[in-house]
Amino acid sequence: MLSRTADNLFWLSRYVERAENMARLMEMGYRMALMPAAATGNRSEWESVLSASGCAAGYDPDAPLRQEEVANFLIFNRDNPSSIINCFEYARANARAMRTAITAEMWEALNNALMELRRPSMHNLAKNELPEFIDWVKKQGALFRGATDSTILRNDGYDFIRLGTFIERADNTARLLDVKYYVLLPETSMVGDGVDNYQWTTVLRAASSLRAFHWVYRDDYSPHRIAHFLILNPFSPRSLAHCAEQITQHLERLARHYGQRHSVHRQAVEMYSLLTQSDMDEIFSTGLHEFLNDFQGRNRILSLAIADAYHFGGQ
Amino acid sequence: MFNEMSVDDQIREPYRALVDWMEASGPEVLEQKRLEAETLFRKIGITFAVYGEGGDPERLIPFDLIPRIFTSQEWRKLDRGVKQRARALNAFLYDVYHNAEIIKAGIIPADLVFRNEAFEPAVIGIDPPRNVYSHIVGVDIVRTGPEDFYVLEDNCRTPSGVSYMLENREIMMRMFPDLFKSLRIEPVESYPDMLLKTLKSIAPRKCDRDPNIVVLTPGAMNSAYYEHSFLADQMGVELVEGQDLFVHEDRVYMRTTRGPARVDVIYRRIDDAYIDPLCFKPDSVLGIPGLMNVYRSGGVAICSAPGAGVADDKAVYTYVPDMIRFYLGQEPILNNVPTWKCGKPDDLKYVLEHLGELVVKEVHGSGGYGMLVGPASTKEEQAAYAKRIEADPGDFIAQPTLSLSACPTFVESGVAPRHVDFRPFCLVGDDVRLTPGGLTRVALREGSLVVNSSQGGGVKDTWIMSD
Repeated sequence: MLSRTADNLFWLSRYVERAENMARLMEMGYRMALMPAAATGNRSEWESVLSASGCAAGYDPDAPLRQEEVANFLIFNRDNPSSIINCFEYARANARAMRTAITAEMWEALNNALMELRRPSMHNLAKNELPEFIDWVKKQGALFRGATDSTILRNDGYDFIRLGTFIERADNTARLLDVKYYVLLPETSMVGDGVDNYQWTTVLRAASSLRAFHWVYRDDYSPHRIAHFLILNPFSPRSLAHCAEQITQHLERLARHYGQRHSVHRQAVEMYSLLTQSDMDEIFSTGLHEFLNDFQGRNRILSLAIADAYHFGGQ
Repeated sequence: MFNEMSVDDQIREPYRALVDWMEASGPEVLEQKRLEAETLFRKIGITFAVYGEGGDPERLIPFDLIPRIFTSQEWRKLDRGVKQRARALNAFLYDVYHNAEIIKAGIIPADLVFRNEAFEPAVIGIDPPRNVYSHIVGVDIVRTGPEDFYVLEDNCRTPSGVSYMLENREIMMRMFPDLFKSLRIEPVESYPDMLLKTLKSIAPRKCDRDPNIVVLTPGAMNSAYYEHSFLADQMGVELVEGQDLFVHEDRVYMRTTRGPARVDVIYRRIDDAYIDPLCFKPDSVLGIPGLMNVYRSGGVAICSAPGAGVADDKAVYTYVPDMIRFYLGQEPILNNVPTWKCGKPDDLKYVLEHLGELVVKEVHGSGGYGMLVGPASTKEEQAAYAKRIEADPGDFIAQPTLSLSACPTFVESGVAPRHVDFRPFCLVGDDVRLTPGGLTRVALREGSLVVNSSQGGGVKDTWIMSD
């Protein structure tokens, strides 16, 4: 496979995943904003969403930190490289640069998503019916992954797509959890409080994991368990542990397929072991934010190492 | 004007079944089908862009639902005529890069060839595989009467449009399965296989295995990018950009996730000037430094061969009938359009006096840009154009305004005749192959003779009826 194609596949799936995460972050902001604000101090939920999105630097410092403005920035702003519309534009541009490497179904999923998103009516939907818009974005991600899953050859291209998905998802889940950190300062004073619990459950909702959580832990919403579910539980499809496991597996498949191993294989296993060997008490005592920060750094380095190993430069 | 569907209210034979079907279906059904077709095109993403006009780089080419139909007898003549032309053009190319017999014989002026911008001194004396230069010849043909076909121009470099031929058919078969079941229409779907066979047959001298073939594109921003990716996909070969290829020692390689992989045949969709910055344009970022050295030493085949453009120059065009006689010893089956060369004083005088009746073109122009259509122009436009011609007469040729045939076409007011032309795609390698079909372009504006997609032209499916 051409290195450029691998690069395009990898980033294509990252952008789709990123668009979806932007939507999930907004879902959290939206739900938290429905809570009485008193308990959360001065910080606005939408400011936290903005910080966690990693795009705060591009936000107009004079613009109000309200739902309408922040959501518009995260969805439609062309100068924000991670805005949902840009994610779909980049994803489609990557797809278009290698139409031969993806299936017609995958192309149609992406193309339709972008065509719809470009319609003026989507602005109204996002403004007036944010939850509905968020569902629409999540559905586009699901359509693309579904089309990928059911149509693409299980060759190396598939591995690069999946690596992109899980590298991005791991980063995204870490960001979702980090919103909690931004909202609750100082962290420890609120533990066990009603607001705190509600906010933790919004993390689960945004990760589409509320029901799954019930199945696994019954009805105990302790922050400890929720964090465990999204960080260390390998059965949770958006957990860091699951992402790391998938990354390791797809790198392993590539190694078998190509008959060649690189240092990235070792790095991935290390990241995975870190997650299988940690426990939540330890993570909370060193600081959740610090742990998530460290993880995101490792994840970024891993992404670069994948590009190095397969001869495509980072983007 | 010759209407291909009906003459004096009599429906011509090849269109009879279609007309019956259209009448039975009624206008609402047809309008419904038309909308469906547009949605399909948009969904598949078949687009093209116009250089220098800005706007949407992924504009849809208008597709007209009513097919253009040839009888098998009409097709036999076109088939023989196009193949004959493709052979003669390749013989000419081999000749001018070797002994130049046709020039020594005084048939074509030396300056016209050797001073031609498209003549490539870097390939003099090189023998390309099978001595073929132009592997895909697109011959643009117009019709003026039941038996009257003229060749408007030849395209020997990288003629585009074949993806429309294939996709138009795909769409038509999806929309009108009944018609395809009841009529006997020659299939076109074997084109990609024939192209692959042709490309395999021109493996370079040093290639000792099943050749590795790639399609080289300038990239996703190119107007014909859809076609590049479509052909690569249909043939099952890699679609590469210049940055994916590099030269190491005397071979060409592509960068892959496993490391370098050797490439044997390059079907390039970029111009000569850009393929190798060491040999041609030094500032080209599209090309592969050192490619021409590998080509010269037989390490890679390039389709079309560098230098092939000299055969489709509009001034050289006027000599193609002479080439056919000279190389093949045959009379041309398809006629050229009578052409005045403004470089000749007598012709120049005639052209300037008759600007209102003629079509004047730049010799090196393409895509219908910079041409003057006499009858459709104003006095002011003619005067301005005359100044351009006088400044550099050798750069212009003129042809009579042909009364192009018309085919029924969907327009706002219903179905009306619109002028059409035709481009079949002839493949030259170990054999000369021609798919029964081609691209019919239609001028959608009433009375317009310009069929170029960049100037309001659309496309139609072309049916060749089988016996």
